Amino acid sequence: MKHFVESSALAVKIPSNILTLLVGITLTLISLWFGYNHSLLPIAASREAELVDGLFNAMMAVSIGLFLVVQGALVVALFKFRRRPGDLTDGPHIHGNIPLEILWTVIPTVIVFIISVYSFDVYGQLGGFDPNATGDSSQVQVAMLPGEDASAPLMDSSRAKPSHHHEALGIGASPEDEGKPADLTVDVMGMQYAWLFNYPNAGVTSAELHVPVNQEVQLNIKAQDVIHAFWLPEFRLKQDAIPGQPSELRIKPRRVGEYPVICAELCGPYHGGMVTKLFVDNQQDYDNWLQSQIASQDSNQTTALVLDQQTDGDFLAPFVSDLGVTPDIVQQVLPRDRA
Amino acid sequence: MTSAQLHATTHAVTSDGVPIYRKWWHYFTFNSDHKVIGIQYLVTAFVFYLVGGSMAAAIRTELATPAPDFVTPEVYNSLLTLHGTVMIFLWIIPAGAGLANFLIPLMIGARDMAFPKLNALAFWLIPPAGLMLISSFFLESPKAGWTSYPPLSLVSGQVGEGIWIMSLLILGTSSIFGALNFFVTLLKLRVPSMGLNDMPLFCWAMLATSALVLIGTPVLAGALILLGFDLIVGTAFFNPTGGGNAVVYQHMFWFYSHPAVYIMILPLFGAISDVLPVHARKPIFGYRAIAYSSLAISFLGLIVWAHHMFTSGTPAWLRMFFMIATMIIAVPTGIKVFGWVATIWGGKLPFNGPMLFAIGFISMFVIGGISGVMLASVPFDLHVHDTYFVVAHLHYVLFGGSVFGLYAALYHWFPKITGRMMNEPLSIVHFVLTFIGMNLTFLPMHQLGLLGMNRRVAMYDPRFADVNLICTIGSYILALSTIPFLINALWSWIAGKPAGNNPWRGLTFEWQTTSPPEIENFEELPVLTVGAYDYGLGHAYTETVGDRQQNHRHHEPAPLAHADSVSPTEPEVEVAVVAGNGHEAPGNQKCPLPANPDAAVQTEPEPEIVVAAGDRPEDRSHQE
Ligand code: HEM
Ligand SMILES: [Cu+2]
Ligand SMILES: [Cu+2]
Repeated sequence: MKHFVESSALAVKIPSNILTLLVGITLTLISLWFGYNHSLLPIAASREAELVDGLFNAMMAVSIGLFLVVQGALVVALFKFRRRPGDLTDGPHIHGNIPLEILWTVIPTVIVFIISVYSFDVYGQLGGFDPNATGDSSQVQVAMLPGEDASAPLMDSSRAKPSHHHEALGIGASPEDEGKPADLTVDVMGMQYAWLFNYPNAGVTSAELHVPVNQEVQLNIKAQDVIHAFWLPEFRLKQDAIPGQPSELRIKPRRVGEYPVICAELCGPYHGGMVTKLFVDNQQDYDNWLQSQIASQDSNQTTALVLDQQTDGDFLAPFVSDLGVTPDIVQQVLPRDRA
Repeated sequence: MTSAQLHATTHAVTSDGVPIYRKWWHYFTFNSDHKVIGIQYLVTAFVFYLVGGSMAAAIRTELATPAPDFVTPEVYNSLLTLHGTVMIFLWIIPAGAGLANFLIPLMIGARDMAFPKLNALAFWLIPPAGLMLISSFFLESPKAGWTSYPPLSLVSGQVGEGIWIMSLLILGTSSIFGALNFFVTLLKLRVPSMGLNDMPLFCWAMLATSALVLIGTPVLAGALILLGFDLIVGTAFFNPTGGGNAVVYQHMFWFYSHPAVYIMILPLFGAISDVLPVHARKPIFGYRAIAYSSLAISFLGLIVWAHHMFTSGTPAWLRMFFMIATMIIAVPTGIKVFGWVATIWGGKLPFNGPMLFAIGFISMFVIGGISGVMLASVPFDLHVHDTYFVVAHLHYVLFGGSVFGLYAALYHWFPKITGRMMNEPLSIVHFVLTFIGMNLTFLPMHQLGLLGMNRRVAMYDPRFADVNLICTIGSYILALSTIPFLINALWSWIAGKPAGNNPWRGLTFEWQTTSPPEIENFEELPVLTVGAYDYGLGHAYTETVGDRQQNHRHHEPAPLAHADSVSPTEPEVEVAVVAGNGHEAPGNQKCPLPANPDAAVQTEPEPEIVVAAGDRPEDRSHQE
């Protein structure tokens, strides 16, 4: 009977005694500590990564708090409210408690509101609202892509060829740099099962991505055959490479080093092998690398160049049987833009 | 005398007293009895679960080491695709439909579903579609993942992809037929005394689920048909080479497939809401909040699909819209979770299969829910989309949620379905193994994803090898965990202790008829006099109408039906408030207290009797 009174009192009233307060403070401290002291993420090597990590840590702290509250309640209940053998009586007849229900509707609402605002803000700082990358200015083109040729005559030509230097969805310039061109532009091409990086200004094509540290780099991302996704885990950024639909990422590397470039969208059996490297170099190393590339491309010796000179069919030939398709299909599927 | 009564008085009984209404071979025929169909669904789905589970074991064995050494990468992708498709379309969705088929008519006091023939047809579409899908593994299997994005799905082999599309179209059709039936049955066939707000919460959940199926599945069918044209005839709806748009497929696919995750979880939300009160011996906390939050989830579930497409070249405003819509779903979901926790708080929790899996469900689902909110945040999702973080999230929801929920439901309703109890120690072993295996397999995957391991890969960076090995060991424990369940279910079905009508002392209608329920469910249709969750009013442990029916000796009309027979001395204030879940004006006509002459005796604690035992006098003689 004592049990009955105790537990119904607990369930009906919003707990407010000292013990609850202490438990609450402890949970908060644990959550905050864990949120900011976990080693779940890899190195943060870019400005974007620092922003995303701040968001993740905050979400992690809130999550741990919620996790502990719910799991704690379950564990306590499982021990405290165990049915004694032979006890066939019922628990207290409590079918609800409006203030409590309002409370646990409002708290999650406030939490997701705060997370949404924070996420919105981080998204803006990443450069998600750069008009060149939001889709606002490129709707015309997106709508007609990639049947461009067919629909072009029907369209007002001034709209069909927008004056922007560049049109793609993705993450653009951060608010401070909006409108300024990036320091370096690299064209990224995804194909089964490799990435190709083309430096249009230097006329260099490489199978590895080199960028100078602390400079804004604009990556224009395309796909040749099927959908791929360009992912830089240490930069916390990912963008699908979609055939017929260009996209972009604008990144600011902050930390010199060597990082993986990973394809994150299933693109065939060897999807797991579609990995290359990103080198964030200091300016000197970067310049040296670029010079060596220019030199070696002149003499037709890099792998990258060999790749580039192959037709797509040649490049894919070894994989044709793995793909379970005939070479004809491969030819049909591949666009001609590399010819 | 109605035909039901005829059946009830002439049916056979096993030597230990369990009624037999069906021969085993009935279950292999086109039978329109919703209970037969329910069992057909559940058993078929479970067989497919074992198939999908074997594929998971093969996947994890491959991933035990970084190199693609156990199967070739092509076979890996086939296994992956079939695993996902089988688990979703042949296990979770049909199993939910199976529960709904068995339970809905019983819970609302109907003799069958609204369209029994259509119901049978819905089931019989599943085995051929499933066999076709699985046989593709031996011909040429689909390899583009369960999402089957073009252009990859268009170049991964025509035959396999064609089979995949065909079988999904058939399964979708089946699902639509089923949903139509649930929807109409719930709205039209309730006993007159049961208003919508008196329905057990499982019924509310099925109402919400059916709406989603009816709205979403046709769009999936549309996407699949167009994809089929691209694949076979060479049109270019989605094929960029011919001027198509690959992203449109993703929109159409997810317009169905996000709601599909609710199609997979809502029925179990409902089941948990019905399992917890019975075992905790407390009313569900916040009936209306839980009922209506199912509807809210169902509605919001229709406007969040593009959170699967944050990286697909999605315009900023779409990203923000879908982020916020997704976040909002956390609110009705939270209402349910807190309601469940409050339901067990202060209750009388037994340590048995249904209770453990129900609590395990809450515990695991919360983890999946929390990681879901994180994934909704666009900047964070840009990092973890298509990584093992997502694999972890989706398994906490689908395995920790749906599968734990299904186990809770199976343990809870097994006595009703078969007339026999399951073995309790074995169910505890099952739970412990499942719980450990689940967390060992899927918890570390969160970190794998965060650190940089992408999903759907047969080979991976060796620095992830150790953590992957842990996951693989966990998955073997999971595989092992099904063995005690299988033994328990098979053995109990044949030789378990007879359950009696109401072994858990539940208050919903299904417990008022025989176990297994007779051919047309009720000898006499029940009348709602006690709210589905009116525990704690002293009358919960009463002999129910059904118990009397099973003793064929008495056939007097159920005393439950008489409102005027309330004992005036029985509990006080709460009574009026509580009838109809406490949401109706005091003084309504429904009597919360059956004036059962035995009630007083029955409420006394009877220490020697195991809770699980049947409550009929005959059963007691079978116990030691
Ligand atoms: C029995 C234990 C299970 C294990 C060990 C397991 C393991 C896995 C693994 C490792 C993957 C990811 C493969 C990859 O991305 O390369 C996966 C994918 C998946 N699993 Fe499971 N799984 C299990 C049960 C389930 C259940 C019960 C469901 C749900 C209903 C499910 C649904 C899925 C889905 C939808 C995918 C995604 C498939 C795709 O990417 O196309 N799994 N599973
Ligand atoms: Cu790829
Ligand atoms: Cu979704």
